Amino acid sequence: MTPLQLTHFTATSCLGHGLTATLAALEAARGGLAPCHFETVELPTFIGEVAGIEAVRLPQPLQRFDCRNNRLAQLGLIQDGFDIAVRAAVERFGAGRVGVYLGTSTSGILTTEIAYRHRDPLTGALPADFHYAGTHNSFSVADYVGRLFALAGPAVTVCTACSSSAKVFAAARRMIAADQIDAAIVGGVDSLCLTTLYGFHSLQLTSREPCRPFDRARDGLSIGEAAAFALLERAPADPDPAAILLLGVGESSDAYHMSSPHPDGAGARSAMHGALADAALAPGDIDYINLHGTGTPSNDSAESRAVTTLFGTAIPCSSTKGATGHALGAAGALEAVICALALRAGLMPGGLNVRQRDPTLALNYLTGNRRAPLRRVLSNSFGFGGANCALLLGRAA
Amino acid sequence: MPMSTLTGCIQSLGLLGPGLADWSAARAVLNGELAHLAARTVLPPPGVLPAAERRRAGRVIKLALAVGAEALEHAQSAVDVRALPTVFTSSGGDGDNCHEICASLASRERLISPTRFHNSVHNAAAGYWSIAYGCTEASTSLCAGDASFAAGLLEALAQLACGAPAVLLLAYDADYPQPLYAKRPIPDAFGVALLLRPPATGTALPRLQLSLSDAPAATMEHPGLESLRASIPAARSLPLLERLAQRRGGTVVLDYLDTARLAVEVQS
Repeated sequence: MTPLQLTHFTATSCLGHGLTATLAALEAARGGLAPCHFETVELPTFIGEVAGIEAVRLPQPLQRFDCRNNRLAQLGLIQDGFDIAVRAAVERFGAGRVGVYLGTSTSGILTTEIAYRHRDPLTGALPADFHYAGTHNSFSVADYVGRLFALAGPAVTVCTACSSSAKVFAAARRMIAADQIDAAIVGGVDSLCLTTLYGFHSLQLTSREPCRPFDRARDGLSIGEAAAFALLERAPADPDPAAILLLGVGESSDAYHMSSPHPDGAGARSAMHGALADAALAPGDIDYINLHGTGTPSNDSAESRAVTTLFGTAIPCSSTKGATGHALGAAGALEAVICALALRAGLMPGGLNVRQRDPTLALNYLTGNRRAPLRRVLSNSFGFGGANCALLLGRAA
Repeated sequence: MPMSTLTGCIQSLGLLGPGLADWSAARAVLNGELAHLAARTVLPPPGVLPAAERRRAGRVIKLALAVGAEALEHAQSAVDVRALPTVFTSSGGDGDNCHEICASLASRERLISPTRFHNSVHNAAAGYWSIAYGCTEASTSLCAGDASFAAGLLEALAQLACGAPAVLLLAYDADYPQPLYAKRPIPDAFGVALLLRPPATGTALPRLQLSLSDAPAATMEHPGLESLRASIPAARSLPLLERLAQRRGGTVVLDYLDTARLAVEVQS
């Protein structure tokens, strides 16, 4: 593929608002998971909650979009001057040439969950102020962001569960390659809700403590929330050496099971292989892999097999979900931004919460931060329904 | 810079909607041979799924699988479905499943079954499709609200522009039960699948060329069909399907976003 540049990027998660807080937490090996006291939820689990969402207010003309997910989007967009960079891109390319490609898994479903507690006792009707399109519908966040910046180009939400906001990079890239747009706001926004907390609990996939990816006794994931964005544009012929480039994308389907990964990680391997082929690179060209690494027994063992089959056992790997929790539909974009920070800082963030590495998994899992110049890194995202995506990011030089 | 265009040929179609039992029936209605009779959409059981998955499949999954299977059936030349990329696009997911989850979460027990939970993802239909056909190719699942059909068509033709040898586009929407129905009144299930190929010379297949447009969206002359078009996002495809049924060329403007429509130039 022709490389694209992430000309601006930002992330907001339980590690903090914006890049400075995110990098500081990673450098200090400080996680953001805490016991779950979210809303009325009573579950013995830890979550990665973003501070300050409740206080966010959306601009007056866009009040119909008011929900936790769009407040989180708004909070994320104003970090690191990302909104200013978007407006500059619109100025440069025109409102019709900037696309919106965002991933989410549950959108503003929390609003519907709460509305169902306030149904009319006689008719069963939802409250009059419940606004379906602005909150519940999966398009809500892309629609909100497009309207916020008065864009007139293509806009869509990619909704492939936990790989949603990795796949947005692929979708936006195709539209840039086909010369339909010159730039795209790509990213992911997913926020805490009862459906995912009680749903993963029903699958017995939520950990009772902060999740411990690749630990011998890992017992599930910790659900998080995040808003992460990048502005994707064609890379100049001679980019700045520190520029962060999207070098390749690989996508695949497991065709195996709705909620369990293929035990050998066949689909995961195929996605990583696809990203390498797309970038015309070999496994040895990759310096670090940010794993999907949810902390569920089956994900981590399948992913370990996939990685070691393709890359061998030496390549440094880690999951940052021990720090951020699993931001589900926002995880792909959040971890792409963490990879961009890793490339910039020459930092491979160690995986948190590991007491004893799983001796049955052969991959080189980092449990402490490692500093080294990084040139190219891979980020894995796998979702329910077997929807896999691997992103290959690199420095220009 | 002038907006460049996306192109593709339609190899085959599948369709299912109210009073439209399949593409042959829909074609006869759309080219005026048969009257459109209002009738609830009848969803066939998804025979292609393994027994365990068949029991778990809700209405949107049956709908998507039915229209996709019909498009495969009508493909003239052999299609390797295991290697066929897919673009699923829908305004909502499984409305019945969503209602059950929200109702349960509003109750004291808050019990969600694992099947309900994994069926709640927007890409559930894509997951079942990949399992049914052993398809390990890339698949995406999109939502653009009322604009979902046009968004899916753009994505599918962008995949062709980037070298995909074929793409199956599946656009589908089904109704919510109350009380969500009152807030999102999609009256019934409607789905359409297009098997798309890159444009090739010397082919008799209808060819599409897309560009964004400021023109208003075309409407359907027949009130019943216009009502479907206006109320079901996947049925926003009807003006294009009408042109295909009538084997008539020219440009048809499809509904898309508030800020832009999608002009489709058809060469039949």
